[in-house]
Amino acid sequence: MHLILFFLFAGLCLAGAINLLLQSHPINSALSLIVVMTSLAVLYLLLGAEFLAIAQIIVYAGAVMVLFTFVVMLLNAGREERTLGSHAAARIGFPAVVAILAVLATVILRAQGLGAVHLGEGLTNSHGSSNLVVLSQVLFHELLLPFEVTSVLILVAILGAVALARRDDEERTAEK
Amino acid sequence: MSLLQHDVPIAWYLLLSAALFSLGVVGFLIKRNLITVFMSIELMLNAVNLSFVAFAYQWHQVRGQIFVFFVMMVAAAEAAVGLAIIIAVFRVRATLAVDRIDLMKL
Repeated sequence: MHLILFFLFAGLCLAGAINLLLQSHPINSALSLIVVMTSLAVLYLLLGAEFLAIAQIIVYAGAVMVLFTFVVMLLNAGREERTLGSHAAARIGFPAVVAILAVLATVILRAQGLGAVHLGEGLTNSHGSSNLVVLSQVLFHELLLPFEVTSVLILVAILGAVALARRDDEERTAEK
Repeated sequence: MSLLQHDVPIAWYLLLSAALFSLGVVGFLIKRNLITVFMSIELMLNAVNLSFVAFAYQWHQVRGQIFVFFVMMVAAAEAAVGLAIIIAVFRVRATLAVDRIDLMKL
């Protein structure tokens, strides 16, 4: 069962990622990215990370991708054009990326001591409590300060996004 | 029936993560639309998150999952600011093609 689920959703992940590269319209790329992120959520579930699977769907497949599709539609982004720069990047970039992937695959396949994933045996089963309990115990006791700092970061990001995206008063009066 | 009870090696998850990361790098290099380039960066972040979760399983450490949680929050903030920058660039240049956006100065 685990093997079938893994191959199904790993295949969906790779297919979505490849489709993201092949599509020339940004909205199609955004929709394939949603496929990738939702399949990754299922893989997180297989790895026993229930909270992260739900957070992946809500934050990534939900919030972030809605933002992306909204901007694609707002800016009315059309098909991308192929230029000289893209051909040069493809010619130099592909061998480099293949080399990186080969190195990574060699390191991973030769690594000693990597175990196997057993379905239903998350990292917290030995404690007899759920994934969420263990996660929140560490997050809200030992890592409370980083957690609060991140909330400040998000506040700053929201203010920054509003400040960047709004028009200046001069521009608006010039339009009138 | 042996197929149903088969365990999946951690290495396969890591290989999938490496493949997704490489596809993200390829997208970053060959895509010529500013929004799609940004999506490739999100794809790379997701690939790294998968290897974090796989290693959290391998070493039975909950901190790997918490790191993914922080990466998600920072990525959400990054997406908001990045898309605001894209809107600001589009307002000045009226294009999303990265080849035409070749000056830092707006």
